[in-house]
Amino acid sequence: MKHLLSINDLGAEGIDEVCRLADHFTEVSQRPIPKVPTLRGKTVAMLFYEDSTRTRLSFEVAARRLSADVMGFSVSSSSVNKGESVRDTVATISAMGPDAIVVRHRSAGVPHQVAGWTSASVINAGDGWHEHPTQALLDCYTIRDRLGSVAGRRIVILGDIKHSRVARSCVMAFTALGAKVTLVAPATLLPPAVDSWPVDVCSSLDAVLSDCDVAYGLRVQQERQSEALLPSLREYTAQWGLTVARAARLPAGALVMHPGPVNRGVEIAPEVLDRPNATLNEQVRHGVAVRMAVLYLLLAADPEPRPQGEAS
Amino acid sequence: MSTVIKGGLVVDQTGERTADVVVDDGRVVGVGPDLSGDEVLDAAGCVVAPGFVDLHTHLRQPGAEEAETIETGGWAAVRGGFSAVVAMPNTNPPIDCAAVVQEVLALGGKAPCDVYTSGAITVGRRGERLAPMAEMAELGVRLFTDDGNGVQDAGLMRRAMEYAAGLGVILAQHCEIDSLAAGGHMHEGEWSSRLGIPGVPAEAEELMVMRDIALSRFTGAPVHFQHLSTGGSIAIVQAARQAGVEVTAEVATHHFTLTDEACASYDPVFKVNPPLRPPEDRDAVRQGLAAGSVDAIATDHAPHPPDAKELPFDQAPPGMLGLETALALALTELDLPIAKVVGLLSWQPAAIAGLNGVHGGPITPDSPANLCVFDPEETWTVDPGDTASRSRNTPYAGRQVRGRVRHTIVGGRAVVVDREMRP
Repeated sequence: MKHLLSINDLGAEGIDEVCRLADHFTEVSQRPIPKVPTLRGKTVAMLFYEDSTRTRLSFEVAARRLSADVMGFSVSSSSVNKGESVRDTVATISAMGPDAIVVRHRSAGVPHQVAGWTSASVINAGDGWHEHPTQALLDCYTIRDRLGSVAGRRIVILGDIKHSRVARSCVMAFTALGAKVTLVAPATLLPPAVDSWPVDVCSSLDAVLSDCDVAYGLRVQQERQSEALLPSLREYTAQWGLTVARAARLPAGALVMHPGPVNRGVEIAPEVLDRPNATLNEQVRHGVAVRMAVLYLLLAADPEPRPQGEAS
Repeated sequence: MSTVIKGGLVVDQTGERTADVVVDDGRVVGVGPDLSGDEVLDAAGCVVAPGFVDLHTHLRQPGAEEAETIETGGWAAVRGGFSAVVAMPNTNPPIDCAAVVQEVLALGGKAPCDVYTSGAITVGRRGERLAPMAEMAELGVRLFTDDGNGVQDAGLMRRAMEYAAGLGVILAQHCEIDSLAAGGHMHEGEWSSRLGIPGVPAEAEELMVMRDIALSRFTGAPVHFQHLSTGGSIAIVQAARQAGVEVTAEVATHHFTLTDEACASYDPVFKVNPPLRPPEDRDAVRQGLAAGSVDAIATDHAPHPPDAKELPFDQAPPGMLGLETALALALTELDLPIAKVVGLLSWQPAAIAGLNGVHGGPITPDSPANLCVFDPEETWTVDPGDTASRSRNTPYAGRQVRGRVRHTIVGGRAVVVDREMRP
């Protein structure tokens, strides 16, 4: 596999393979010196056009634990502010010979475009409303770690699904592994043509909570009010939020998940997030091992290392 | 010096016949067997048709000469068999007053085809107040549109219709309700949902078609619908025509050729407004052409320089080239008799643009010599580099098509001979 642009690039087998590799890298991460020489001499470039704390740090830590060199690229201090196009920036970075470019952009499809402009492997770290494959992978890994498997699990996704790249990747990953996914949101926060998605849709959280293994929350942003998608966040929370009272209906052992950042008290009540079955910090921790697995899969398997820095 | 087009099948609105056509001093001087002339253009196996008329061409001048000039766009037109184009007014400055109309018409003198221009309905195409349509009409402008924008305000559109009808000109509408379309970059449906690209629903177009049909019925003014792209729009127009409302419609070549699935590549070369639609809509557009509920095939030729089409999908400007591929796509994609395709490209749009008698035939002695000769069977592969346009944004790169223009004659002058341009 050359790039990771979409969960579809992996399929069920690929996701399983990433999870198996992540088991190994979780063990590495627990060592006194959590570092292996696997990707020594490889360079991973970070091309983040959008603010990100956890994803960027997670990729950087993952690359360093594999002994890869990390090339940072910060939009605020770069020539992007001088109007340089993505294509020109990619050409510049590529001339320095990275083995992988990790891309985040607020527009859907930019990682696909970048993949056409570079000989490096491209990893999608989130593009617009489209996909965030490594988030879905670490979520699969977390569910597998806690519940044994994703197959057969009943997963409820709540919050702003329409504008969520995490939702698209997670739905693909969870259903590929054989989970049953139900989306719960007001219709204005559901994607168009949702009947073409391999999911059930329910307008009531109360109807599905008592019968699920995972309640997965997505951030509901303030600006959805001004776009007339919601009358108010208060109404959203009252009707569709995972409140303390609703969370009481969850079966014992059901997980509460969220990719972060959380709008505490909007999609999920703060008390619910602080319970032992809430996995937010585990998700972040697993993110490192899963991203190590992805980098390994894309870079270590490369049979013919490319000459580095042929251009200057 | 006379020119004879030898051995072709002459197709015009009066019918088809095998005949030689002699052109001299700007006019057709003979149609019949075994004619001769000073220069001979071979047309064996070819169709000799009236030159095509494009109701919808973005020539980009003034203001975006890096994408196209009136001259280069004109050469793309004649290479596609068009003897006349109607320039769209979304230039910079927009074509919304006599001064800019004069500039465009003057620049049109350098182009190898006849360049007509539309005028904007509203000042600056801003949809706020009427542009001086009468002073533009005095310069020969026959078609008014804010193309790129629909006129959002129904009251203003009503007044524009009343005013235009009094001038004997026609209003053409880019149908798009902004409040429904805003922020969208492709058709809203399964593909946009999957790709995470904000969508434009079909209803954004259909609602304005419905509104303008009601306004046309109300004011008695004719209206022409530009680049209709949905099955709903076609059905609404068909019903209105059956009810006697005076509306006409064009469709663009890409809307009967491509579908929204093409956007899955995230290549902005497939971004266009109105957007590519699902296969059902593409099929409805084809059926509309077959059934006669659509009057014309237009190109919506919209050049953009390469860097503009390398932006992220949601930041790239909409539009694709069309002049040099229109005939081939119509012959390849539409299962229609050749005469019908020729009508959709020549005399039918000529009538809408008020050009009858000058463009669109019929090919008879003493008629103006605006002609196109094409081989309906030649297959070829679209090469983005092989174009007269300054831009390269064709969505058909590598596509194999059938039907190719061989010669084009404008005002009696052979400007394209055996596909070679004659400056």
